[in-house]
Amino acid sequence: MNTTPPILHFTELGRDDAGVAGGKGASLGELLRAGIRVPDGFVVTTAAFRSAVTALDLGSRVAALDPADADGLAATCAELRSVVESAPLPSDVAEAVLGAYTEFAAGCGDRYLPVAVRSSATSEDSAEASFAGLQDTYLWIRGEDQVLDHVRRCWASLYSAESVTYRLRRGVAEDELAMAVVVQRMVAARTSGVMFTRSPLTGDRSVVAIDASWGLGSAVVSGDVTPDSFVVSKVTGDIVRRTVSVKTRWHQPGPGGDGTVDGDVPEHLQAAPSLSDDEIAELVALARRVEDHYGCPQDIEWAVPRTAPPGENVVVLQSRPETVWSGRDATADRPKAAVPTARAFDHVFNLLRGTRAGGRRP
Amino acid sequence: MSQPPGERSFPLPSQVPTVPGAEGWQEMYPYFSRFQPEDDHRFWFYNSMHFPEAVPAFDSITSEIPYTAIGANTARLFSFPTTMGIEYRIVNGRVYITANPVVDEAEQAERLEHFQERAGHYYSHWDRLYAEWQQRIDALIAEIEAIEVPRLGELEDLAVITEARGVASNHFLRENFHRCIDLYSKMWHHHTEFLMLGYGAYVVFFEFCTTAFPEIGDQTVARMVAGMDVTMYRPDDELKKLAALAVELGLGDLFAEGGHPGTVLSSLRERGDAGARWLEALEAAKNPWFNVSVGDGFYHHHLSWADDLSVPFSALSGYVEQVANGEDLRRPTGRLAEERDRIAAEYRALLQSEEEKAAFDQMLGLCRQVFPYIESHKFYCEHWFTTRFFQKIRAFGQLLAERGVLEQADDVFHLRHVEVEDALADVMLAWASGGRELGARHWQPIVARRKQIVDALAQWSPPPALGPVPEALNDPAVRMLWGVTDETIETWLGDQELDEHTVRGNAASPGVVEGTARVLMNVNEIGRIREGEILVCPVTAPSWGPVFGKIAAAVSDIGGTMSHAAIVAREYGMPAVVGTGKATSVIKTGDRVRVDGDRGIVTVVG
Repeated sequence: MNTTPPILHFTELGRDDAGVAGGKGASLGELLRAGIRVPDGFVVTTAAFRSAVTALDLGSRVAALDPADADGLAATCAELRSVVESAPLPSDVAEAVLGAYTEFAAGCGDRYLPVAVRSSATSEDSAEASFAGLQDTYLWIRGEDQVLDHVRRCWASLYSAESVTYRLRRGVAEDELAMAVVVQRMVAARTSGVMFTRSPLTGDRSVVAIDASWGLGSAVVSGDVTPDSFVVSKVTGDIVRRTVSVKTRWHQPGPGGDGTVDGDVPEHLQAAPSLSDDEIAELVALARRVEDHYGCPQDIEWAVPRTAPPGENVVVLQSRPETVWSGRDATADRPKAAVPTARAFDHVFNLLRGTRAGGRRP
Repeated sequence: MSQPPGERSFPLPSQVPTVPGAEGWQEMYPYFSRFQPEDDHRFWFYNSMHFPEAVPAFDSITSEIPYTAIGANTARLFSFPTTMGIEYRIVNGRVYITANPVVDEAEQAERLEHFQERAGHYYSHWDRLYAEWQQRIDALIAEIEAIEVPRLGELEDLAVITEARGVASNHFLRENFHRCIDLYSKMWHHHTEFLMLGYGAYVVFFEFCTTAFPEIGDQTVARMVAGMDVTMYRPDDELKKLAALAVELGLGDLFAEGGHPGTVLSSLRERGDAGARWLEALEAAKNPWFNVSVGDGFYHHHLSWADDLSVPFSALSGYVEQVANGEDLRRPTGRLAEERDRIAAEYRALLQSEEEKAAFDQMLGLCRQVFPYIESHKFYCEHWFTTRFFQKIRAFGQLLAERGVLEQADDVFHLRHVEVEDALADVMLAWASGGRELGARHWQPIVARRKQIVDALAQWSPPPALGPVPEALNDPAVRMLWGVTDETIETWLGDQELDEHTVRGNAASPGVVEGTARVLMNVNEIGRIREGEILVCPVTAPSWGPVFGKIAAAVSDIGGTMSHAAIVAREYGMPAVVGTGKATSVIKTGDRVRVDGDRGIVTVVG
């Protein structure tokens, strides 16, 4: 069954490749094909995961755990993680990853090219994806050994207590487990964040909702900072809500350009908006392109590099389908805002009739 | 979920102190506009939109009569199911209002039957009835313009004898004054005739849009229905045309900034044919388009452009300069119409079912049918008619001044309209008897005092609302009539006092729950959390993941709506409020808290 190579470049991937490249990897390939600005990179495929991790046969130990026993679970998970991180690697996998990085780094003209190493789950479930995919995004990773090491950490994150608890509670089968890992050129971000092409709060499809803060996006995603938030109408381009927060913390590359550190945002920047209105407009245009390309609402991570020509400020770091509201829409009992009436003015009677039972609002 | 009535309150009407220096203001207004002791049990809000200034005695007619007409329309003519009319009260010169909702369901059902028949008649024949309305309002304007203040000469004209009219001019003093009041009242009945039905159609579309697109801005909904050929824009458009004509005729130099209209007009008369052509165009534009008020038509001092040319002339000088600089000031109606239709089409396309699209078409169609009325009635009612009305009253004031009852014409606006009738009776009698009016001694001290009172009242900052906070204003007709919502009241309350038991943050995941708080300062403490508790923490990083299967809601000091915690809370369908700044310091473990994930509010309830 192992006809998939352990490594695939973004340019070799498209939206149908989530099975080998995970949702994130497939999406990056697809975005690149659609002409969206995406930092270049490659994917360590699920084939690599299977030969390196599935072979360790850890599933039965997970299935035996009790999600209510937090201490027992934590201890077992710690052990499983360390197994994944330290067990000897099949040499073909190790060589493929090291070779891919070396070639990629050389192509970019920097032997120690800083990259982001990020897990790329095969599941469409956004919560599972968040558990399995958020805390194991490793930024500013340099050098082939470091890269390989962090690929294994991504794999191991599937055995984090929170990820395992989630699988146990949701009844996800262990033998279906697979994960790809994305290795992507690092962007020196001035501002980063997340945007949804529908309101995450109300499901409104007519807006793009943007959260943005200084530095790397991990501060926004992890909740270390209360970001600026902008809600923008797709139709009129109006910024319908604008909340500029006091942003006290940021994530920045480590002192040697290696790894990341948390720090305090300089005082003069804390209360300043982290995006200009032009950048917001550019983000919205980009969000609409990505959404149009996929034909469904998207959850997009993006960054504004420190130096980029005006009008080409924003890069997309990943995009995945929005699932919470789409899931609700898919159910048959989605309340309709209204249905046609015999005469147009019957709508007025329906609204003003008064009896609670007659009200049509959900 | 809503606050029980009476638990929170704005100041009670009985607690509002008289503004220092304004003692006796009550005499300026009718007795039925004063707060009563039992009014303390009801919710009132300040109608600052229509009455932003202290109301002089005569001007209180602009609350008395409109509320007489609006209430008649909703309560008695069209039988709106859930609402009767509006009650108003005046305190310290400001108008507060409350609605009389119909809450009994049987009564609502009965009123609904009549409402369907009556409103149905108007909606079914809207265009024809609206055309007839226009004729009636034109006739009312002609009538108010035709009213004359009788001239009281030494002897009546001989014609009164030769035509055997038999009724002397002093009679017409009161009749014609009263006619002004009666016409004003009729105008307001016609003003409201289509208005609430028009608003009803608009609110339907508005509610639909905000249900389908909860984040849509009010202005965007309005843009989808806005007309292009709007009467209220005409006066300004006429000015722009006059500016263009002035430049075309080489008269631009006369419109320098700060020029007095009289001076400009006399210079124009000296500019031969060009000047004459422009003056001709001005006269054509003035009637009717300069019958626009400089205010909203609720105060006597809101004159029309025709009454006070300095307003249009100061705008003209700016427009002339722009035209001279080559700008095209005409409204690009074609482009605006395209933009309106594009916006409507794109929102329509975002709807997810054909049924919703069909309903959208119906509602937008109805809205566009009623909107010309909503956009245009103001010009005829509040502007044209009302500025003529106040000028007529001013003319009666002029007569009272000439007869020595008042010092000057505008003093008439410090008398209530029923008091003006008294003062006129004084004149009628004095003219008849050959004696003299007694009003100077009576009215002039009253007017002087009332001027002081109005000045003192101008210093007051009225509270936005009075009385106990009502149960949720969830009835659209009441909302429409009042123009306030739960959110407005919450904002006012928030401004009034920052409750130490409440924290606000980002509404990160919708829903409202109450439960016991568990304050955890770091992730190592997550073992303490019990099933159904509400997590209160500084930040919720992914490592907090396992607790989400247990908790009922999540609250954090830091975090945005797209943070991991917010995403997971939405996935689990539990309310979350993040980025509160201080939840962990305000809330203690064991507190009973209510988490409102719809509005981003967390309240300690016990």
